[in-house]
Amino acid sequence: MDTKEIKFECRDCQVYYGDKHAIKDVSVDIEDKTVTAFIGPSGCGKSTFLRCLNRMNDTIDAARVMGGFLLDGEDIYDRRVDPVQLRAKVGMVFQRPNPFPKSIYDNVAYGPKIHGLAKNKAELDEIVERSLRRGAIWDEVKDRLDSPGTGLSGGQQQRLCIARAVATEPEVLLMDEPCSALDPIATAQVEELIDELRANYSVVIVTHSMQQAARVSQKTAFFHLGNLVEFGETGEIFTNPKDPRTESYITGRIG
Amino acid sequence: MTDATANSPALPDRKHSGSLMEHTARTRRRNNAEKRFRAYGLAAIGIGLAALIVLLVSILSQGLPAFSQTFVTMKVYLDPAKLDKSGTRDIEQIKKVSTFGYAPLIRAAMQETMTANGIDPEKFGLSEKAAEEMISKEGAAQLRNFVIAHPDQIGQTVEFKFLADSRIDGYFKGRVSMASAKLDSNVSPAQLQLADALKKAGVLKVGFNWGFITNPDASENRPEAAGIGVAIIGSLYMMIIVLCLALPIGVAASIYLEEFAPQNWFTDLIEVNISNLAAVPSIVFGILGLAIFINWAGLPQSAPIVGGLVLTLMTLPTIIISTRASLKSVPPSIRDAALGVGASKMQSVFHHVLPLAMPGILTGTIIGLAQALGETAPLMLIGMVAFVREFPAAPPEGFFDPASALPVQVYNWTQRADPAFTERASGAIIVLLIFLLSMNFLAIILRRRFERRW
Repeated sequence: MDTKEIKFECRDCQVYYGDKHAIKDVSVDIEDKTVTAFIGPSGCGKSTFLRCLNRMNDTIDAARVMGGFLLDGEDIYDRRVDPVQLRAKVGMVFQRPNPFPKSIYDNVAYGPKIHGLAKNKAELDEIVERSLRRGAIWDEVKDRLDSPGTGLSGGQQQRLCIARAVATEPEVLLMDEPCSALDPIATAQVEELIDELRANYSVVIVTHSMQQAARVSQKTAFFHLGNLVEFGETGEIFTNPKDPRTESYITGRIG
Repeated sequence: MTDATANSPALPDRKHSGSLMEHTARTRRRNNAEKRFRAYGLAAIGIGLAALIVLLVSILSQGLPAFSQTFVTMKVYLDPAKLDKSGTRDIEQIKKVSTFGYAPLIRAAMQETMTANGIDPEKFGLSEKAAEEMISKEGAAQLRNFVIAHPDQIGQTVEFKFLADSRIDGYFKGRVSMASAKLDSNVSPAQLQLADALKKAGVLKVGFNWGFITNPDASENRPEAAGIGVAIIGSLYMMIIVLCLALPIGVAASIYLEEFAPQNWFTDLIEVNISNLAAVPSIVFGILGLAIFINWAGLPQSAPIVGGLVLTLMTLPTIIISTRASLKSVPPSIRDAALGVGASKMQSVFHHVLPLAMPGILTGTIIGLAQALGETAPLMLIGMVAFVREFPAAPPEGFFDPASALPVQVYNWTQRADPAFTERASGAIIVLLIFLLSMNFLAIILRRRFERRW
């Protein structure tokens, strides 16, 4: 397990929202072909940190990000980096399912289209099918690719969003509480999917559910009040936490 | 035990709160207040509806007669001796004959028609001239235009539909009565009796007044010939200019302000000023147009181009405000989704946000246009109150020709003395209302079509 290549190297990262110091001195190594879970109480900065990894915080005027975020050794906050190119490499799935109000096909095809991944319609069809299969939703929607993506159930919508995210062939997949709006059955489907995605991607998932973190991740990072308290093998964190704060959180005493 | 009593004060004994079948005084008061409020609401709606109905009924009852008109159909002999003295059928020679040269032809035709139908004007105590006066003064001009357009008809006898004089027309619409004719120097009861006889003979007929919609304005003493043709064209040209300028400028400005501009004091200042501009009285825009477009830029007066520019300035804040509101109402999750798959800012706006905001933008634009269509004050300042009889040319040259506008035409006609013009003003208001209603209807249809759920 330790032989895996490091995909994201984050060093001394700081994030400020105006005067608020939201992320303090966080250093984390995110491995390739691994699911890394960020856990912690609400407002601890785990989502903020996640959004730094594909520069989604750029859209918030008040946010300032400092420190080193190295993707394959390259600083993603370098002046020469275009966030658009970065986001094609680092895909994202959001908390609430947010399909475009377009057809299922167009939802998935949009990313490949704007990045020019398909030369013709046949190739695009193939990408769409492959992505929907990877999103474990192909069988449910293959007969109605023209119907609107917003007409699907919550769980289906979220899997459609995952399919949309993988359609651009990203290397890292960020998931911001992907199951918080889903029922237990849909959650189980998405979790299964995350486990499958691990074969090809480096997956980073933010979650409120410790069971979920324990089920899907290999590495877990515990955030508290903007600090990274503990980071290590998931089994280790849940069975033998080193920090008393981690222990009280996973046993339900703070949160 | 001691701990518990020390920390929590002893609860008072619960008393029986009474039967649910009886309303307490407080409940009754609340229910009465609600009933009163509903009554106020109903009364307010009732007053509003009553005002609307009174308005519509008064406009329709006054304006609908403008759409019908009394015509006198006669056979006119186009006497070559009078119309083409040279006998060469040279159009330049024919044009030299003024409307005075045509009046005798009409008088003769009138005489002949009456004899043919066995009506003797002498029996009513009317001279030949008094009988001819029942035809509109526009009649000779109508005939002259016809002859100039068809010079080959000279020497023939043609059937011609003349406008009846506005008093005769008014008699059949109930505006003029025998009693009022006695006091009127423009019409005599005898002429009305003759008109009755002519109507019985089928010479005089009341029909739909296409001329009201297609004709240009007419002078003070021939209201029967006045129409809103030039005003409709002028308003149409201005709307084209407003749409072509205000929509792209307004939408581009809103997209920039809403999606791209940084939030700082300068954009705040712009925002406040746009809101203020929306509240500026429209006549101020008229003064601005007069000073800048006419006096400084030297654009022609009374031209749709100037009116269009002024109305564009007036409409822009409305469009910007409504466009920004509809851009704001697009859920941010859609923007996140687009950025998340690697769309650029512009792609996310143009592929996702703008289509979702489209219904709101279109509604705002059409409401802005409707507002501009009904605007009078600024147009008066840039000279569109002028008396325009020439139709403007086809665009784009036509944008620089003098024209009138519907609301200004209404204002203009209400200033004139003859009650026939009041009728026409109400008729023009009906046309204006039809345009406004159809624009609002279009807004609703567009909104339905573009509306998508997310």
